[in-house]
Amino acid sequence: MRKALLAAALACGYCLAAGPGLAQEKLKIGVLATLSGALTSGGEDGVRGVQIAAKEAGNKIAGKEIEIIVAPTDASPDSALRAARKLVEQDKVQLIIGPLSGSEGIAMRDYSKTVPNLVMINGSSGALETTFVNPSPNFFRFNSDGAMWMAGLGEYVFKDKGYKKIAIIGEDYSFPYTQVFGFVLGYCKAGGEIVQRQWVPLGTKDFGSVIANIPDDVDAVWLGLGGGDSVNFLNQYSQTGGKAKFIGGSIMVDQTVLSSRGAAKKLLVGTPSSGGVADAWDDPRWKAWVKTYQDAFPADKRFASPSLFATNYYNAFNALKQGMEKVNGDISDGGAKLRAELAKLELDAPNGKIKLDENRQAIANTFITEVAELPNGDLTNKFVKVVPNVNQTLGLTPEQFKAVGLPSRTNPECKR
Amino acid sequence: MGDFIARRPIWSFLIIVFAAILLWLVFAVWPPALEASLGRKRVFLSALFNGITLGALYFLVASGFTLIFGLMRNVNLAHGSLYLMGGYIGYSIGELTGSWLVALLIAFLVVAVVGILMQVLLFRWMEGQDLRQTLVTIGLSIIFADLLLWSYGGDTFQVTTPEWLSGPVELPFIVGLRSSGEAVMMNYPLVRIAILFGAIVVGIAMWLALNRTRVGMLVRAGVDDRDMLSATGVRVQLVFITVFAFGAGLAGLAGVVGGTFQSLQPGEDIKILLSSLVVVIVGGMGSIPGAAMGALIVGLAEQFGSVYMPTYAVMLTFVIMVAVLAIRPEGLAARR
Repeated sequence: MRKALLAAALACGYCLAAGPGLAQEKLKIGVLATLSGALTSGGEDGVRGVQIAAKEAGNKIAGKEIEIIVAPTDASPDSALRAARKLVEQDKVQLIIGPLSGSEGIAMRDYSKTVPNLVMINGSSGALETTFVNPSPNFFRFNSDGAMWMAGLGEYVFKDKGYKKIAIIGEDYSFPYTQVFGFVLGYCKAGGEIVQRQWVPLGTKDFGSVIANIPDDVDAVWLGLGGGDSVNFLNQYSQTGGKAKFIGGSIMVDQTVLSSRGAAKKLLVGTPSSGGVADAWDDPRWKAWVKTYQDAFPADKRFASPSLFATNYYNAFNALKQGMEKVNGDISDGGAKLRAELAKLELDAPNGKIKLDENRQAIANTFITEVAELPNGDLTNKFVKVVPNVNQTLGLTPEQFKAVGLPSRTNPECKR
Repeated sequence: MGDFIARRPIWSFLIIVFAAILLWLVFAVWPPALEASLGRKRVFLSALFNGITLGALYFLVASGFTLIFGLMRNVNLAHGSLYLMGGYIGYSIGELTGSWLVALLIAFLVVAVVGILMQVLLFRWMEGQDLRQTLVTIGLSIIFADLLLWSYGGDTFQVTTPEWLSGPVELPFIVGLRSSGEAVMMNYPLVRIAILFGAIVVGIAMWLALNRTRVGMLVRAGVDDRDMLSATGVRVQLVFITVFAFGAGLAGLAGVVGGTFQSLQPGEDIKILLSSLVVVIVGGMGSIPGAAMGALIVGLAEQFGSVYMPTYAVMLTFVIMVAVLAIRPEGLAARR
């Protein structure tokens, strides 16, 4: 009796295993997104970006049904590593979109080198080192890094806004370092002065002391916080009744913050910033993408318009799709052909044309924006101007750029 | 007081000198030389007040924790989850009714009921088995954390500050002089002052309840000798349930308070549990004044640490804990 049962169970196991085999095999795509911690709202919007792109593709890439497996992270490098290992080892995924956050990106650069068959397309992470220092042959980034997103902002706030002296508050990890790096190069060259840099841990709850520490005599404060941290900071800043002007880092004035609940975000109205998208750009491609995004989800399940994260993940999926179609979905060679196609791909994205450099790093547009309030009370990023085709060395020669050094708490110094 | 001075003249002298220096630092206009070495006075004052208000929050959480431990010898490692649960409940109720006070009240009640259920359904059946109880509370904290993540997601929530508590107030402390010689006063968020005030009221009420009422007498007797208390005919289980409910309710209330001036998200439960553990270890397990003292020390250490030595701020509270354990392992305010 026992043997018969065992045999039946085994047979059943076989038929289960054989089941999907008979149908066409699904193409598995792993997605890394920050779904807990300070950057949760960004991760959720990134996943929405992938979902929209997959829906547009009819849930098929190169004729194959796709299956999307989301692996949550919390913006820390080890959480990204755990999630990526799970995708590769347990779910047997060969294509990954992600990660979202700067230091996760650096960890994934190193991890992807250990899995040569893997093709990894960056989700939204923007640390400089990810593609600049010992880049990985199978890590592709179709978005700008944090420094490139700051291109032109320094000159703009110095000349047009007249902010001669500023203080900096940023989270203490690679992405804000990279953003400050890009900002400082432009701002200090234009003649600006930076009197203070404060670094707070990602996920800081209590900004009381940081706020008290802001000098009185600065024209503006550059803020490089993200998601929950930005909302926390703004709430506490409004409680102290402060009146400083702000300059926004790319994810400080993103829709993840502008769509948050509460009144404190109103402090941001008039804040100049720059990044990979401008909410209110009137380019037809961009407007079409905004409409697609708005139609895809009910108003309470999305932001007023797609955030930087949704756009980047959407672009990453489309880049992967185009690459896969060029090779007819064949990745049985360990993805070598796909990698070759991706490297020369030119993506016609909603936020402009994107192509890759020899480090598989995007060369793309940077938008300078300013936060404005719409008649219905929503906040949006008004388009000011576009800085076209920014490359990773920010227009410097590679030698000049290397001489500046890598982003850190104190580097680069503020020099003309 | 006079007794203390007579017994410990050197310590008393040091305490008086320290208090005088602190008062001077708070009230005087700082000379430029001091500003050069310590930073601006506003930063110092704000760290001081932030530390005290943070201590107030820690006190609210830790007093329930220490009370439960003192009476039942039960290290409730799910206390942080009760905090987070209270915060989320307060957030939902606040969104629903628009009233902060109702949110506070309901969070207190709901979490108190959860506490009663924990005591009645679980801990009653494993009385005196410390290790088993501790393991069960760890299990509960994991289950609670997952349930909360499931229902609220990983996003950051903030309980809306009521209109009458938002905005800054001007405190009568001079932080500097304008070039015209006019004094610049300190601006400080009203909500934090309200929280500090609330914590002091709760602390005094608890002290009075413990020392001046019959129930308090029973609780104190229970802390001293549980078996003797039950032998005298007191229904000790009822006392346990009351204390557990109150301690859990306080954690829930603190969750709303913490969610108002900071924010709520997964992981916060562990953070607050760790802080309250440090607080009760520094203050002495089972002692309310100890919890107050410990909370103040930990709150101040965190804030001053984050201002004057940001890189090592995380370590500072643990350094204090290690120091207390080395010099006075029973805690600062413990009797035994």
